Amino acid sequence: MSMKGSEVYKYKKTIAVLATGMVLSGCATSQPSHPKDPFEGFNRAMFQINDALDTVVLRPAAVVYDNVLPSPAKTGVSNFFSNLGDLRNAANNLLQGKVEAAFGDLFRFALNSTWGLLGVLDIASEAGIPKHNEDFGQTLAVWGVGDGPYLVLPLLGGRNIRDTAALPVDYYSHPTTYVEGDAAKYSFKAAEIVVKRAELLPADRAIEGRMIDKYAYMRDAYFQRRNYLIHDGNPPIEYEDFNGNGIDGDSGR
Amino acid sequence: MMHRSMVWRWLGIVLLPILIFGWGTAVRAEPKAPDVLVKEIADEVIERLKQKPIQSDEDMNEWLVYVEERVLPHFNFERMTMLAVGPAWRQATPEQRKRLTEEFKTLLVRTYASALREYRNEKLEFRPLRMAPGDKTVRVSSYFIRPGGEPISVDYMMELRGDSWKVFDVVVAGVSLVTSYRSTFGQEIQAKGIDGLIQMLAQKNARGETLPADAATQG
Repeated sequence: MSMKGSEVYKYKKTIAVLATGMVLSGCATSQPSHPKDPFEGFNRAMFQINDALDTVVLRPAAVVYDNVLPSPAKTGVSNFFSNLGDLRNAANNLLQGKVEAAFGDLFRFALNSTWGLLGVLDIASEAGIPKHNEDFGQTLAVWGVGDGPYLVLPLLGGRNIRDTAALPVDYYSHPTTYVEGDAAKYSFKAAEIVVKRAELLPADRAIEGRMIDKYAYMRDAYFQRRNYLIHDGNPPIEYEDFNGNGIDGDSGR
Repeated sequence: MMHRSMVWRWLGIVLLPILIFGWGTAVRAEPKAPDVLVKEIADEVIERLKQKPIQSDEDMNEWLVYVEERVLPHFNFERMTMLAVGPAWRQATPEQRKRLTEEFKTLLVRTYASALREYRNEKLEFRPLRMAPGDKTVRVSSYFIRPGGEPISVDYMMELRGDSWKVFDVVVAGVSLVTSYRSTFGQEIQAKGIDGLIQMLAQKNARGETLPADAATQG
């Protein structure tokens, strides 16, 4: 798990840039609109840049991929990357003490990598072994690490400090990181990003033009989504009553 | 005087049995179970989507009418709007609440219809309902199975209102379609007040009246 010299340097430089941005924006914004978003000024600026990059680079690439490949091929490609992710799921489930789920993930990987032709076919799902969604940020949350403020990173998007700190671990716990040769490795990673982006296109179209403040919506959706994932799909939800008679206290189960 | 009392007596003869009969059936009628209700509507919508996919503006308008008639009656939009608006709801007048609800409803229905347009024969499954007798709030959990990805969960939060179950929140992949608007709305209210928010929503809805025809075919 040792980083190369240049990578360490890049990492440090990024942090330095971020820190400067946060200090500057910290001075500029007086009242945050969300308690978890003290660097809103900086975050909004970074969000604009990322959003523009998505519009010009990532989304068009995803649309091309989506239009060129026939559906069965796309399913195969998605399955292939999904299968690689099962190893990381297994590791994180194990770290969270969910032994059964971890073995499920490993079994999925074994089954799909062999009979599923290197993961192209997801026969494990058809056999009823459920797919999980885990990462080191969730593991940290389960361990009781606090979430910290929300931060929009260049290219990587918005996340809290806990999930940001988890990024290197997620990076090094993904099989594509260990592909031989830089060209091959980064091709794999780039392909995965485009494929993942393409999977989001339908959702994208559904909310297109209906978002009033895209930044605020994405931020709030991120908080909810993470909470949901940390609790494996069963987050405690409280619905308040603003009709003037206080909290009605009933929550879904 | 005589005349008026005669009218009342006749009315009584006609109305009383209706009242008794009607009341009797109301007491006997069990509310349809929340998961059964959601499943029935979902099946109906999916069946209709297979026959009439949304491909043009006309289709979309037809669908909006259909949704209004068949789907919306099962939603409690006032509570949804309250949850989206947040604490400022307390300060809103009845008239403001009504207008907010109208506008938010339009916004949500259009979002729903756009989501329907993206439907590509994904299979819908339901998780077993976990509900104790006497519960007034339940979560009906369903999920769409799509090839090559993890299932997308869609949870309906439902409350028992009178003698029927109503949806007051829809949570897609962990994200509430309702409460994720709260920051956005809160900011607007802080800047321009409740009327400002109403105006902004109305403008937004007016602009989205006709959908771009090419949206259905390209990304």
